Amino acid sequence: MKLEERIEKKKGKKRKRLFFRFGILAVLIGAAAFALISNLTKDKEIYAKGDMAPDFKLAQINGSNPADSIQLSKQSGNGVMLNFWATYCKPCEREMPDIQTMYERYHNQGIDIISINLDSTELVVQNFIEKYKLTFPVVRDKDFAVRELYGINPIPSSIFIDSNGVIVDKKNGELKADEIEKLLKEIKPK
Amino acid sequence: MTMDKIKCECGHVNPEGTVLCEACGKPIAEDEATSSKLANMRYDGSARRSQVYQSSIIDKTWAFFSSVKVGIWLIVLTLISSAFGTIFPQKMYIPADAVSRDPAIFYEDRYGILGKIYYQLGFYDLYNSWWYITLIALIGISLVICSLDRVVPLYKALKKQKPKRHEMFLRKQRLFSETELVSQKDLETLTSKLKKQNYKIRKEDGHISAEKGRFSRWGPYINHIGLIIILLASILRLTPLMYKDESVSVRDGERVVIPGTDYNYYIENKKFILETYGEEDGEKFKGALEKGGEVAKNFQTNAVVYKAKGEVVTGEEPELEKYKEGEIRMNQPLKFDGYALYQRNYQLNEFKDMTFKLHLKDDPDEKVIDQFKIDLTSPEKEYKLKDGYTVKLSQYYPDYFLDEEGKNGPEPRSRTAYPKFPAFVFSVTSPDMKEPELSFASIGQNVDATGKNKYKLGIVDFTTRNVTGLTVRKDYTLPFYIIGAAIFMIGVIQGMYWQHRRVWLHPKDGKLLIAAHTNKNWFSLQKDIEKAIGDFPIKQPIDQQELDRDKESGE
Repeated sequence: MKLEERIEKKKGKKRKRLFFRFGILAVLIGAAAFALISNLTKDKEIYAKGDMAPDFKLAQINGSNPADSIQLSKQSGNGVMLNFWATYCKPCEREMPDIQTMYERYHNQGIDIISINLDSTELVVQNFIEKYKLTFPVVRDKDFAVRELYGINPIPSSIFIDSNGVIVDKKNGELKADEIEKLLKEIKPK
Repeated sequence: MTMDKIKCECGHVNPEGTVLCEACGKPIAEDEATSSKLANMRYDGSARRSQVYQSSIIDKTWAFFSSVKVGIWLIVLTLISSAFGTIFPQKMYIPADAVSRDPAIFYEDRYGILGKIYYQLGFYDLYNSWWYITLIALIGISLVICSLDRVVPLYKALKKQKPKRHEMFLRKQRLFSETELVSQKDLETLTSKLKKQNYKIRKEDGHISAEKGRFSRWGPYINHIGLIIILLASILRLTPLMYKDESVSVRDGERVVIPGTDYNYYIENKKFILETYGEEDGEKFKGALEKGGEVAKNFQTNAVVYKAKGEVVTGEEPELEKYKEGEIRMNQPLKFDGYALYQRNYQLNEFKDMTFKLHLKDDPDEKVIDQFKIDLTSPEKEYKLKDGYTVKLSQYYPDYFLDEEGKNGPEPRSRTAYPKFPAFVFSVTSPDMKEPELSFASIGQNVDATGKNKYKLGIVDFTTRNVTGLTVRKDYTLPFYIIGAAIFMIGVIQGMYWQHRRVWLHPKDGKLLIAAHTNKNWFSLQKDIEKAIGDFPIKQPIDQQELDRDKESGE
């Protein structure tokens, strides 16, 4: 009897010890994993593929486009391509004629292209719009608020959003015409 | 059933792995009992549990982390890898004058093949790499488990220890003496004299233990708690909720959104001021100023913080209300709602506006027809002048350079968005000409497109403004660092300036055995005993370790 009691007691102690050790190890490893993951995602984009694109509203400055301002959430039902650019950026300038061509081809199929300009002087942008005869809306992100919202660092950068407002793809760097076309077809409303 | 517990002859039941009985100190571990060497007093001979049970994965992991050897290896590895991070500058310290700030180009360009290897191994951002953080995390885990695995049994052992110790325990202590014929009265005086020196006296069957400064044994563990709090604080620092570090540049007179505040706050830079030391500061600076030229005395931004009213969609101009106004200087941030704005850097004399005059090219007196001012951040498309003259701004390059790699030969471009080196292509229409004249103007340059222009534009005046660079910081983790560091220091002091001293008085058949132990500063313990013994005919305990050493060296 006494022996059995002792065995029981010992088993209980062993179980307690296992729980205790498991608990401590779980907390410690959890904290370590948290530190690791939050550090690795620290500098990464805030919104990634599959996320809902966050809303923004900016003034539109392209005279050949009727809109006064553009709010992303008001483009519902359309696929949207966001293009972050500036006039002084050479690759941005190189891809702009292709974006214009694609806009002409796909706008009546439910595609909107919003070009988000990061220059500080409007005149420079107006000259650029004139030079390339752009017809899509050009909005100015003077405070870099939208750029920061989307976590955009290098330009050009483009974001492709489907008709449900979900980010389908993010592209950093210059895009070729066929790449743009392929992505626009993906976000075209069915 | 296997007997895990070891019952000592004093009646105390010890856990398996015990070296010295928790209660009376009799050597229990086999090699400990048979050896003639001194007792192993580490953790008071208590059983470190991890050394005993290693059945499950959890127990094995626990045993791994509880090893000081593993802990030291982790620290050494971290030290070595930290050193590697200092060979070449880290990614964020790539100098501004580098060929490229892209790490892929910079390291190879500046340091050759070694730089390339450095980049490829990922050492350019070493302290944020996954493996470095893993190392630190493993040190943290090792710290917690090592401490727990030792402090618990040590605490138990020190709590269970009895005044009456086994004779063998006493004989195996480093300080030991044996005196024949000691009277009970002498023993009592000895005890009271130890008591006077703040020793805690406990008695059992005429056996006496005197103990002092036990709390200094907890020093290392308190110290570890401090370290763990510091590590936790650094984890908290990774969350945007507790810590934010952003930067913002604001031109004089401009207002921009403050990054990292979810677009709730805006800052206006009323004026950036740079003051330098001059003659008015007195003679004592004269020598230094002659040698070193301009020395900055004050960097200051006169700033106003605005708060957005109500909900706004990002990008939309919100309705703002003035929230706080203040001066930001070096180490004197402007604080609001948990955020602090620090002066970080500045840029002087960026162009703000330029005034041009129109005159006849051939006029040696350059008689002004009219002049106009161009605001360089928001220039007009067209400037209407007197007498039917019009100047159109057909191109504007805020930060002009001639791009040699243009599509159709060299072409003028702007390097950045800001008016650092403005250049213009003007188109002048005059009442007396049918076709407009084109000319290119920039600082120190005025090129006439055809060479046959009738009119010319010249810079009359310009104004500049400064740009202030501010750091935006929110840091709720600092108090944790302070608390952690304070606890760390308390632990260090506790373990450093106090010692755990114990003296055992063991009467046996008219003889008195005296043994003593301390975790450090044996000399002072000797002194304590010497003081207690005074003139009594009791032998001062001698240092058996020194005796052993002398024996070994053949004396």
